Amino acid sequence: MTEVSVTKEDAVTSGDLVVLKSVNKHFGALHVLQDIDLTIARGEVVVVIGPSGSGKSTLCRTINRLETIDEGAITIDGKPLPQEGKALARLRADVGMVFQSFNLFAHKTVLENVMLGQIKVRKVDKAKAEEKARALLDRVGVGSQAEKYPAQLSGGQQQRVAIARALAMDPKVMLFDEPTSALDPEMINEVLEVMQQLARDGMTMIVVTHEMGFARSAANRVVFMADGRIVEEAAPDQFFSNPRSDRAKDFLSKILHH
Amino acid sequence: MFDFLDGYDVLGAFWMTVKLTAVSAVGSLIWGTLLAAMRVSPVPLMRGFGTVYVNIVRNIPLTVIILFSSLGLADIFGMTMGSDDFDVQGFRLAVLGLVGYTAAFVCEAIRSGINTVPMGQAEAARAIGLSFTQTLTLVVLPQAFRSVIGPLANVLIALTKNTTVAAAIGVAEAAYLMKTMIENEAQTLLIGAVFAFGFVVLTLPTGLILGWLSKRLAVKR
Repeated sequence: MTEVSVTKEDAVTSGDLVVLKSVNKHFGALHVLQDIDLTIARGEVVVVIGPSGSGKSTLCRTINRLETIDEGAITIDGKPLPQEGKALARLRADVGMVFQSFNLFAHKTVLENVMLGQIKVRKVDKAKAEEKARALLDRVGVGSQAEKYPAQLSGGQQQRVAIARALAMDPKVMLFDEPTSALDPEMINEVLEVMQQLARDGMTMIVVTHEMGFARSAANRVVFMADGRIVEEAAPDQFFSNPRSDRAKDFLSKILHH
Repeated sequence: MFDFLDGYDVLGAFWMTVKLTAVSAVGSLIWGTLLAAMRVSPVPLMRGFGTVYVNIVRNIPLTVIILFSSLGLADIFGMTMGSDDFDVQGFRLAVLGLVGYTAAFVCEAIRSGINTVPMGQAEAARAIGLSFTQTLTLVVLPQAFRSVIGPLANVLIALTKNTTVAAAIGVAEAAYLMKTMIENEAQTLLIGAVFAFGFVVLTLPTGLILGWLSKRLAVKR
């Protein structure tokens, strides 16, 4: 790694990448997203935290339209989110997504998982795709597992493969939907380290997580959600040491110091 | 003891059964997969067509469908199925009826297989930018097929036995020959036993081989 340390402020200068404007969504009677306004700049790492049921996963999933929205607008790199069809598929290729339950393709080897999108979506030829896939697998530390099937790997390894699979598409932004929530405690760090490295390399990231340590060390901004609203947005130091809203104080008092 | 077999082409008749089965199996696998794709597609018109087709066809007796192919399509609407030869016509009409009928069952087997594939697999496929068709053919169907090899073996065995209905429109397969032999010979029970044995020889390995395959190809989660 080069020793050029890009300070967090420097990275956040070249314009807005993801913009959500007054986004609303209902699940039946439940108003799960209420007037969400959120802007994420290029190179920024935003961590979304909040109690379960606060709508943070749903928020994450609306950004590549795995969940549709009822009202409002979402733009990515200046373009509004397309409806179904080819345009939407093209957009999703530019938005990497990492799921809580990994969701690696169970009938394909680790290597094939990382090659599939490159070959079928980006139309890269097979040899190049394999070369890139192996490089990415090495980067996330599972290069030696390339020929295995997902079920033969530990949860932490699977999640790192899932990150490599998303990176293989050269995404503009990466979405992480509780990437460590399904992992055994001793495997959480290996995944967080990969994510921290990504953040240092300047990837734009939106991370829904309960890992407060990651939020403190890697985030440029913490977004606190409760009951479908964004209650508070602040730099991590400020948020954790001096939360403004009562809801955030209450939440932090329950998860920290015990 | 088996003198009564002299002068009859039993192997030839069973060969016709095998041909009917093989061609219809391939046809109904293709048509059944397409129907299953329609039934899970986001287009309401296709979903509607798939649902209506399956629910009508699987509830009509095969005899009625095969007789309709022959009497309806061929005799009334004059469909020649690309041949003037009566035997070739009969074979193709029987295949048409068998494919149309069996595909409804193949479709439902595959659809239940699709339901065994976790939602996250399709979401992950869409998230890397695969289209609906790519998601279905590259990620969902390959896993769905592996989980329904057992049920598909049942359908294939049923299809093998269902080919006997083609006798009703004069296709010279095993059951057709059996009927002729029972009319002409005295050993009715033995004739029945010979043909029953013939079908078991065809279907037993099908079940065993596909059962082995289904264990071998099972997707580990």
